[in-house]
Amino acid sequence: MSQIKVQIPTPLRQYSDKKDSVEVEATTVGEAMKAITTAHPDLRRHLYTDEGKLRAFVNLYLNEEDIRYMQKEATEVKDGDTLYIVPSIAGGRG
Amino acid sequence: MLKLSQTEYAAIRQHGEDTYPHECCGVLLGSVNLDTDTRVVQSVVRAGNTRTDSPHNRYSIDPAELIRIQMQGRKRGEDIIGFYHSHPDHPAMWSSTDLAEAHWIGCSYVITSVDGDKTTGKAVFTKSWVLYGSPDGSAKQLEEEEMIVQNPEQ
Repeated sequence: MSQIKVQIPTPLRQYSDKKDSVEVEATTVGEAMKAITTAHPDLRRHLYTDEGKLRAFVNLYLNEEDIRYMQKEATEVKDGDTLYIVPSIAGGRG
Repeated sequence: MLKLSQTEYAAIRQHGEDTYPHECCGVLLGSVNLDTDTRVVQSVVRAGNTRTDSPHNRYSIDPAELIRIQMQGRKRGEDIIGFYHSHPDHPAMWSSTDLAEAHWIGCSYVITSVDGDKTTGKAVFTKSWVLYGSPDGSAKQLEEEEMIVQNPEQ
């Protein structure tokens, strides 16, 4: 098990007891996400669909790398890593 | 309510003119008071528009760039409190795309209209909208908020 930090974006802090980051123990990104949603259950529905899939607008970056281009939620983590939850920022005049 | 200095306000509008006829985008760093629903901008950071396929009417910020901006802000005790982008030859009103793609609940989305001749443009109106609703995407709405532009000495 590795000790990593999960960084919570501003809109989700109301579901993480106002914490901007949470330390969890995990061996993979998926385990880290499970740990944080277990510790803060209200986070879950904002991050995952009813079918248990990560919502399309939620990006997970391990340090500065997109886990979609790594091993997704099976990506291994190591001590001192930071997992960032980053809702997408996009739009346009339409 | 969104409070920002004249310098930051001008920087946001200048960015829209610089990228015209393409949309610009950037990040507002500062602090938020949840009790009064007030965001105070302490710095404005330009970001690249990753929507190179349609930059005249779309914008997107690379999450990796946002993480770097956030890390820089944290060193100064600043947090992400909102975003800005421009609408070339279009009103400073949010679009259906803006609402559909907005996910930072409680943050300000500043929009500047830039009117021009397809070569050079001039910033016209700048308005700020707050995203309310639930982060899971239900009941989202963008509501206009008061924007107070302060002189540096204030």
